[in-house]
Amino acid sequence: METIPSIRVENLTRQFGGLTAIKDVSFTVNRGEVVGFLGPNGAGKSTTMRILSGIMPATSGSAWVSGVAVAQNPYLVKQRVGYMPENNPLPDDMRVIEYLRFRAQLKGVSSRMLRDTVQEVMETCDLARTARRKIIGTLSKGFRQRVGIADALLGNPEVIIMDEPTIGLDPHQIQGIRKLIDNLRGRLTVVLSSHILPEIERSCDRVIIINRGRIVTSGTSDSLRQEFLPGNRFELQVAGTERSVTEALAAKGFKVQILQSETREDTILNLTLCAEGNGELGPQLIAALNGAPNCTLRSLAPRVPNLEEIFLEATKRSWEEIIDSSKTKPVAIAKS
Amino acid sequence: MRNFFILLKHELRMLLISPPTYIAAVLFLGLMGFLYWAILRGMINAPEESLPIVQFLRIFWIPVFFVVPLLTMRSIAGERSTGTLDTLMTTPTSRLAVILSKFAGAYTFYMLLWLATLSFPLIAATFFPSSAVNCNMLEPASIIGGFTFLALSGILFISIGIFASSITRSQLVAGMLSFTTLFVVIIGGQQLGNIAESGGDLSSWVSELVNYLQIFQHLDDFSHGIIDTRPFFYYTSIGMLLLGLSTLVIEAKA
Repeated sequence: METIPSIRVENLTRQFGGLTAIKDVSFTVNRGEVVGFLGPNGAGKSTTMRILSGIMPATSGSAWVSGVAVAQNPYLVKQRVGYMPENNPLPDDMRVIEYLRFRAQLKGVSSRMLRDTVQEVMETCDLARTARRKIIGTLSKGFRQRVGIADALLGNPEVIIMDEPTIGLDPHQIQGIRKLIDNLRGRLTVVLSSHILPEIERSCDRVIIINRGRIVTSGTSDSLRQEFLPGNRFELQVAGTERSVTEALAAKGFKVQILQSETREDTILNLTLCAEGNGELGPQLIAALNGAPNCTLRSLAPRVPNLEEIFLEATKRSWEEIIDSSKTKPVAIAKS
Repeated sequence: MRNFFILLKHELRMLLISPPTYIAAVLFLGLMGFLYWAILRGMINAPEESLPIVQFLRIFWIPVFFVVPLLTMRSIAGERSTGTLDTLMTTPTSRLAVILSKFAGAYTFYMLLWLATLSFPLIAATFFPSSAVNCNMLEPASIIGGFTFLALSGILFISIGIFASSITRSQLVAGMLSFTTLFVVIIGGQQLGNIAESGGDLSSWVSELVNYLQIFQHLDDFSHGIIDTRPFFYYTSIGMLLLGLSTLVIEAKA
């Protein structure tokens, strides 16, 4: 059992008429992992998630949820997946506890277990004391989102799929949801989608970046950093000119590339540069700039690229690939 | 099956807590009460051939035109537009159970409304016992026959509404669609009958077919205590067909 991944997707394709929403998507998610699905709007995140939860059939390809093929046994898959759709639709005129009871019954929780199960998920999502008997239509967005997550947790699923759980929430609520996801870590496999990048970076073990219906890349945010934005980046503030800095560093044998330069006041420069080399580059750079004429180092800090930059780089690269492939085609025809 | 009962319970509960239910019930009973009163008044002035309850049931189509669309237009179209149909689909519930529970919920309410109209003759009979006997207000054969007709035709009418609601996302479109379909089914059948009668030289199978679609003819038969099996077959088979189609539609359009 240990070797069966929670989710396995192979060459999944879904077309809506002439439009291909996702094409040849393949990935696996292991048991207990928290995976973030990242992509711009219309990239195919929701489509993939809907196929995985058995609501929508795929045009071709196959998907398994804990070893069960989604297309062949959607009934069994639905028992194992807790799915929270985009925008989290809820009936406005029910009370929280009534709604959760109703959902638990539908998910096959026996009437003997009903009370305890509902109580348990309400406690996990922090609903038990505050919003137990409130009417859903009167709840704030954060609470509605929690009700949606509580609903997804009902019936002991192995996999939880959440489509944009933090959309439209304020920072406090986002933090609450993040804590909630942290609580689930290890117990359940969680797949969530978002285009709020810091969110994914903080709560997910692994990131899958998807663009234009294809998977661009996947991995931990560290490995993605290595792949898409290699080299060490530093932010420094110097009193002097751009040229004096590059000259001073070149004299000591550093290969640097200035990515960004911004003049503050008359002589003070804010620079972002990318340096190549091994080991602790920071102290070496400080030493190199210390002895340099015409420039005084005021501050230097290493800069770790955040997921946003990785994401922009990765999606840009995938765009370029698409454009390149469309450019090369006519050339090939012309040659032949 | 278990899920069907859970969903049905949910449906009925939602009907009970939503204000439109009570508005529809008040409008329906107010209108029907007024019409019943008008029929009784008419009978005072001039002697009539048929019983008051038969005359009353003959205008069943007036409330059907507005109650059925109002009752059913929200059922699936509303859930689809709010997105709760999606969440329903993520549970291990069969599509058929969803459709059947929607149907059963609306049908139960529809029949409860009609059963409530039985209070009109009862009230009239309590306050005017002598005229009740004279007019045969509580003739059991007509009442049983008439209500069997209502129960049967209700299957068809409600499933038309459910089907209309299942194929669209907008409640308004669903309401219009079920209204026009009901109009065609109820009035169109009658018109076909009129044409068939005036033409006179239709071959026998065509007139058989036309007779088969005569909803008013069915009503007359039933309210005279003649319970025919052909209307049984007509209403239940078409009703089941429409519910089956609705199941396929929500499966495809999930």
